[in-house]
Amino acid sequence: MREDQQTRYWRRNLRYLGVLLTIWFVVSYGFGILFVEQLDRIRIGGFKLGFWFAQQGSIYVFVILIFVYVALMNRLDRSFLVREDQGVDS
Amino acid sequence: MSVQTWTFVMVGFSFALYIGVAFWSRAVSTSEFYVAGGKVHPVVNGMATAADWMSAASFISMAGLISFMGRDGSVYLMGWTGGYVLLALLLAPYLRRFGKYTVPDFVGDRYYSQVARMVAVVCAIFVSFTYVAGQMRGVGIVFSRFLDVDISTGVLVGMGIVFFYAVLGGMKGITYTQVAQYCVLIFAYLVPAIFISMVMTGNVIPQLGFGDTMADGSGTYLLDRLDGLSTQLGFDSYTVGQKTTTDVFAITAALMVGTAGLPHVIVRFYTVPRVAAARVSAGWALVFIALLYTTAPAVAAFARTNLLNTVSNAPYADVPAWFTNWEATGLITFDDRNGDGVIQYRGPASTVENELTIDRDIMVLANPEIARLPNWIVGLVAAGGLAAALSTAAGLLLVISTAVAHDLLKKGIRPNITEGGELLAARVAAGGAVIIAGYFGINPPGFVAQVVAFAFGLAAASFFPAIIMGIFWKRMNREGAVTGMVVGLTFTAVYIVYFKFIRPELNTADHWWLGVSPEGIGTIGMALNFLVAAIVALSTAPPPADIQSLVEHIRSPGDVAVEVRRS
Repeated sequence: MREDQQTRYWRRNLRYLGVLLTIWFVVSYGFGILFVEQLDRIRIGGFKLGFWFAQQGSIYVFVILIFVYVALMNRLDRSFLVREDQGVDS
Repeated sequence: MSVQTWTFVMVGFSFALYIGVAFWSRAVSTSEFYVAGGKVHPVVNGMATAADWMSAASFISMAGLISFMGRDGSVYLMGWTGGYVLLALLLAPYLRRFGKYTVPDFVGDRYYSQVARMVAVVCAIFVSFTYVAGQMRGVGIVFSRFLDVDISTGVLVGMGIVFFYAVLGGMKGITYTQVAQYCVLIFAYLVPAIFISMVMTGNVIPQLGFGDTMADGSGTYLLDRLDGLSTQLGFDSYTVGQKTTTDVFAITAALMVGTAGLPHVIVRFYTVPRVAAARVSAGWALVFIALLYTTAPAVAAFARTNLLNTVSNAPYADVPAWFTNWEATGLITFDDRNGDGVIQYRGPASTVENELTIDRDIMVLANPEIARLPNWIVGLVAAGGLAAALSTAAGLLLVISTAVAHDLLKKGIRPNITEGGELLAARVAAGGAVIIAGYFGINPPGFVAQVVAFAFGLAAASFFPAIIMGIFWKRMNREGAVTGMVVGLTFTAVYIVYFKFIRPELNTADHWWLGVSPEGIGTIGMALNFLVAAIVALSTAPPPADIQSLVEHIRSPGDVAVEVRRS
């Protein structure tokens, strides 16, 4: 991989990280902690929304975020035609 | 069959399973012993990571803590899951790409410094011992309550089992037994939760059930009923937080970052074959963890409602059998202060004096009995608690043995040790660690509960910033990293020691610095580490060229010519 390709690969990776970590911060620290009182005024079934994000919703979003990152990076690797070394013995 | 017979059956069966698996997956090389040869399938590794991570604290204590803390319990729920996002996005792929065996390996090589390596080794060993003592204690509690043996015998049996598969199988044996243990523990957690959810709300899925209406036909939502009962008895409303926003923020951050920095979690990502596998493996780990972590708050709400309904204002003479059984262990105490023979369970805001003390750790274990579930489920829960404790203990023991044999001997004082010698040293170290951990399990130092804050705080304030800057900032050098780690560690340790040991009477919100409790201080320690490291790095020489190309290598996707051989 040439140096400029390497740089582009890394920049793209950093951009993905920026977006995903922003979402990560908003659902947990935002919805579950900083704005929990405001969201609690909204109710869905028996759950106050802030309470739900703090104890349930944030965790579901965390799982989704990781799999989105996996998909994005696999696509990125393919577009740079990366073939990784096979295992540790090679 | 009685509860005790069922417990023997369930525990006996699960132990036989672990031993069988361990025998089938023995380790023959150091690579197999340290990282299972780096050939574990990502889903399997995810499951093993989940079992590794979910300790006796997650299985036995967490739902109980939440049921007493209400909404504030979310610090554990978010803190102990959100860290996996950081792991998957910021740490695991790069550390796998780096491809050595341990966290001290990375710190030592990236910062070209034996001092940095040794600081990391000492932290890794300290954090792991802190944790492992707690696991052994959990084993003891389960044995003493359900199998009617004393705690010491329970700990000895637990030690024997862990000794067998950790010493024999190393990481390979541990990985596959952890998979078996995950299956046992998740089954044991979900079955009673589903039963209780059906009984209380008619909803099969606990995650939805605790937001549903009560099954008693009243049409009231369970959480509303719980809020009502709580305030009526003088407790805080369940769905409203009591801690300050600042403190909740700091604790959550310390736990998240600490999770991502714990050596026994990180090392699991060295066991998968490729970088892409490390990423997806972290995703699977969180799926398996989330299954328990999203159930826990439901269990907490059910348990709290049930408890308030069952014991509050009940005549002491008519209490159910579980109450008396737990009283015998000293974890429930009833003191009839007004002598009326009725249990007054009241919160701080009530005018009536409280007469009942309940240890939070018993909520999960007692829950099936409180909800009158069949005896086999009670036995299953005991086996699940043991699985959670043993799987975590084994993972931690491996970190200790690797730290001693690899980081201390091979990379430190005896660099020309043979592979066979290193493997033997690793086994001896694992054995020694089991014995020390068992000793602390039988004679728990009074500080076990307090030092858990330590483990996370130290991991957050030391490893996490050092690794992150090592990957994402090429300019970070030895001087910066070492100063950062030392400052972060010292600050965090001093703060915790001061409030937990020296002046525990001052441990209240009025005296905390910036309103941050010792549990959350790791967050400030981490910030200090980043800050100091950056300042020092910028005012000293940049790292040598070969280190900068090492960082390039870690960041590259995989087809670069530089091949860093596993040493």
